[in-house]
Amino acid sequence: MSDRLKTRIGNLELSGPLLNASGCGGTGRELAQFFELSRLGAFVTTSVMSQPRAGRPTPRAAEAPAGLLTAMGLPGPGIEGFLERDLPWLAEQDVPLIVSIAGNTAEEFAELARRLRAVPGVAAIEVNTACPNVEDRGRMFAWHPGAAASVVGAVRAAARPGVPVLAKLAPDVTDITTVALACADAGADGLTLINTVEGMAIDPATLRPALTGVSGGLSGPAIRPIAVRCVYQVHAALPDLPIIGVGGIATGLDALEFVLAGASAVAVGTTLFHDPTAAPRILRELEEALSARRMRLADAVGLAHRPAGYVPPQVRPEPQAVQAPLDAAVADPGEAKERLP
Amino acid sequence: MSDTPVQTSATVLTVRQVQDYHAITLVAPAIAERFRPGQFVALAVGGEHSGRLVRRCFGVYEVKSDYGGTVELVFADTEPGTAWLAGLRSRDQVDVVGPLGRPFRLPRDPVGCLLVGGGPGGAALFALADTLRRRGCPVHFLLGGPAARQVFGSRMANRIGDSATVVTGDGSMGERGAVPEVMPRVIAETGADVVYACGPTSLLRSVTRIATEHGLPSQVSVEEFLQRTGACGIGTCMTCVLPVHGEDGVTRMVRACADGPVLRGDRVRWGDLGTIPFDALGAPRVLSAMEGGPA
Repeated sequence: MSDRLKTRIGNLELSGPLLNASGCGGTGRELAQFFELSRLGAFVTTSVMSQPRAGRPTPRAAEAPAGLLTAMGLPGPGIEGFLERDLPWLAEQDVPLIVSIAGNTAEEFAELARRLRAVPGVAAIEVNTACPNVEDRGRMFAWHPGAAASVVGAVRAAARPGVPVLAKLAPDVTDITTVALACADAGADGLTLINTVEGMAIDPATLRPALTGVSGGLSGPAIRPIAVRCVYQVHAALPDLPIIGVGGIATGLDALEFVLAGASAVAVGTTLFHDPTAAPRILRELEEALSARRMRLADAVGLAHRPAGYVPPQVRPEPQAVQAPLDAAVADPGEAKERLP
Repeated sequence: MSDTPVQTSATVLTVRQVQDYHAITLVAPAIAERFRPGQFVALAVGGEHSGRLVRRCFGVYEVKSDYGGTVELVFADTEPGTAWLAGLRSRDQVDVVGPLGRPFRLPRDPVGCLLVGGGPGGAALFALADTLRRRGCPVHFLLGGPAARQVFGSRMANRIGDSATVVTGDGSMGERGAVPEVMPRVIAETGADVVYACGPTSLLRSVTRIATEHGLPSQVSVEEFLQRTGACGIGTCMTCVLPVHGEDGVTRMVRACADGPVLRGDRVRWGDLGTIPFDALGAPRVLSAMEGGPA
């Protein structure tokens, strides 16, 4: 992958900024039929829990405009099954591995992080805070800054030092920056923004909710503006905390939008269901978009927060061509010099 | 590897109405050459900038070597996605992933095979029939539907089958009746050793029951269940799960797309479709009062 695309999440260096979103890459083997997983900056697992879980009965999904509504119930093999059957294969692939974990108590999260301590090849842990907290009448950890922070803190304390802990947050909150700040205070090394948006569909044929879970999580391009807004707000509040932007990315320009909002990396989710070869295409389109703007990825992170007219330092190809119109536009040449070191 | 699926932009050769259904022929050489009977393809609908993200999954009626390799599918127009497909014209492009899923397992010896079909899904049996006949297996068809317009392929079945029985609910074609009513007689008359089926889930359930009562193995394609519940077709989205018990006796929720669509009929817990059976691996537990559950 080109150097232009290098990025980092805390102390984790990634050869490229494009990941798969948790829950959208299967065990890895399914996607590997369509492209080399090493094209991803990292592979993110489906959330792993302490016990095997069958999930919810069907119907689990309903098509929505430019989106997909799902209520899966976190199906999975449990940590033992994951370590036995899925991890060994993933560890053989030439791609860093981010293990997403989920639990119903802070202690269950911590226990999972402890189990992963001894496992080689875990590049980072993603904490899925969109899980019902059984100690709070089943309300999601992600909905309360304190609950989200308690989980992140428990995982940070239990995880191997040096392995980044990322908190994946839900957008259905009054103020996502409050939750983000609480997670950062609790030791999160980065944030994944956003999880699905809660929604609902009713089947006009059965006259009942379309999903057995009644409500479900909306994903896909339909939620992209919500996700970009969350990334932008959180980056403004916590400019130094790395963000993985997720939500409806289907093209390289969609990915660029998240980077400009403040994401250091991006993940493609529901689009992989629709278009299994989307990841290498999006990566190529993102590289072309950066190249056309004469930027490295790192220079573009959070650029949308800069005032109009700001030109990042690394962009200075033909200085005369770029400087001339800018100098003309700025009355004080000293100020122009300051902006263009 | 030639057995891995591909994603390709296929050119439409023809779209035609066949009774109540539509048949679409796509030029897709890479899929045609990899295809084995029982596998399916997953089509994106709505064109390049479509807002419909769910892939539509269809069994394959026939592959041919024309134009480097074509794939023909038969489908019912039931929703906006299939309406879009039915409205395609020659030379239009459609994004296809395939071939996907596990194919029908084939008998080693030239045994008699009964192929039971209903609705548009029955189309998937014809590619199987070709393969079975090449192996020297006698092939007997049993096709059913509510009326003549919902029985696909009866003429083809008459032509290539060693026998073909058609039943319709209203008697507008073949005998009046339903597949489960005539199936025991057809088994007796044909001396079939193996049963294959594809069609509505309720039909597969009856076919499995009757095959098992006669001591015959059944291979069924749960394509209709997959069409109703699936979203990706490649095994990542986990929406098309159904309870199946394994050789070890443990019931697991398996994916109709990647673990099927062809399953051993006697392994599917037909009565528990759309549920998580309480004894399935990872089924939700009812907590005891001590664990914080209801007292």
